[in-house]
Amino acid sequence: MEPTLKKSNLVSKLNAVNEYERERIPENKLKDWRSFIGTYAGEHTAGTEFVLGPLFVAHGVNAFDLVTGLLIGNVLAVLSWAFLTAKISVLKRITLYYQLEKIAGKNFTLVYNLVNAAMFCFLAGSMIAVSATAVGIPFDIPMPTLQDVYPNSVGWVIVVFAVGLLTTLVAMVGFDQVSKFANVAAPWMIMIFIAAAIAVLPQLGVNSLGDFWTVAKTKIWNGVPLPGQDVFTFWHVMFFAWFCNMAMHIGMADMSLLRYAKKWQYGFSSAAGMFLGHYIAWIASGILYSLFLLQSNNSTEFAPGPVAYNAVGIAGALCVIIAGWTTANPTLYRAGLAIQAINPKWKTWKVTFVVGLFTTVAACFPALVMKLLDFVALYGLVLMPVGAVIFVDTYWLPKLGLIDEYAEKAGKNFNMAVALTWVLTLVLCVALNMSFGIEIFFLGLPGWFVAVAIYIVASKVLQKPVLSNYKA
Amino acid sequence: MNTILKYLSFICLALTIIPAFLVFNGSISLDQNKTLMAVGTFGWFLTAPFWMKQKKSDEAK
Repeated sequence: MEPTLKKSNLVSKLNAVNEYERERIPENKLKDWRSFIGTYAGEHTAGTEFVLGPLFVAHGVNAFDLVTGLLIGNVLAVLSWAFLTAKISVLKRITLYYQLEKIAGKNFTLVYNLVNAAMFCFLAGSMIAVSATAVGIPFDIPMPTLQDVYPNSVGWVIVVFAVGLLTTLVAMVGFDQVSKFANVAAPWMIMIFIAAAIAVLPQLGVNSLGDFWTVAKTKIWNGVPLPGQDVFTFWHVMFFAWFCNMAMHIGMADMSLLRYAKKWQYGFSSAAGMFLGHYIAWIASGILYSLFLLQSNNSTEFAPGPVAYNAVGIAGALCVIIAGWTTANPTLYRAGLAIQAINPKWKTWKVTFVVGLFTTVAACFPALVMKLLDFVALYGLVLMPVGAVIFVDTYWLPKLGLIDEYAEKAGKNFNMAVALTWVLTLVLCVALNMSFGIEIFFLGLPGWFVAVAIYIVASKVLQKPVLSNYKA
Repeated sequence: MNTILKYLSFICLALTIIPAFLVFNGSISLDQNKTLMAVGTFGWFLTAPFWMKQKKSDEAK
């Protein structure tokens, strides 16, 4: 391809992504509920589902706790999307980043972007590793086990690097094509998840619908964790289902998506993602993994690729590759854009290349996959205080006689009240974890109230009067 | 043309899921299911991209 054309394509892609980044969405650009249902269903039936469902099995969740915990947790997640994210999104109609800039200032937003980018890198890394478990099948490489932290073979590193470099190259030049491909793959992926689980049920001893619950209780989610894994209860499942996307709903990252909604009620369309991806797909991948455990006599090997391949053949292996790849690719691209915010003069493709290399190296470490439950919980927790700040700033600060969107109105690049809220909330969460042994899955709820309180107090103490005719 | 492609796509999508129920029912073997699912998969990816609308980039998060 001719270089100038290539460059102009890239610029137009970036322009497309930056559309309405610093202005309200015009009325004629608003979307109806169908696009949100499609987006949520596609985004939440992804590569992570091949890992999270099996990890519940590995942690010895019992069947009743799983079914009820997922049900209640997912309902709470949908309510969070609708009543917190969607309401504010429709009111403001701007991205999280621009809203944060108005409240916290440009410099704070830069720090937030970097933290976000780091999280994106690790998430993309785990998905590259998931894809590698399927790509490695023909080469018969030793697959990682639940206890593995470091790479377990040269073959594993080579396959991860091959997948990682390919993902990086595509993220550098072909983001739009991947986005289009992901849309095509989404309905098929959901079918594969469901089909794989149904097809293996007879091997687990389910020969009629009436057998399912008995087998579920005794063979699939039997309440016995694998060696070295902590036992998960109803509360773990419920809070994980609620908070695994905490960065998106309570953390407000989905303002970027829901600002296009005609009505705040479209936030309920997140139910499509929760109940297809975080209910059916988690249950389906758990069923596949439990069959693998039965057939391998509780092997600690943890590789979604071979598990799906054994269940439904080439379609299963392709599903793992595509699910991992289509999750890793946009995530890597977003990480690159976030890093580029440090210096907009840096070339996007160069930044994406460096980020991709870092992500690929990280993907070689199986711990990234084996600890995905903890990582996803951490991801939500770290970004949650910013969501609490936006919530308080929107609804409560003006009522308390304080100034909302303070950084913009006071002409500041760094709002210390927001920084204090972020840091002190996370310090308190770490203290709760270390001193009282409260697990990471449960810290989001008290953390949110702490963040709300700190932001109100810090704003009261630190805000100075500003001129009413400030220049926005 | 698009209508024909759509029908073909949905037939292929059905091929990825219906055989699983037939395995559950005992009507076909697991190997037959694997073959049918592979056929459905390739058929879907060969036909669906031609009619599925590209998701607008402004929907991307």
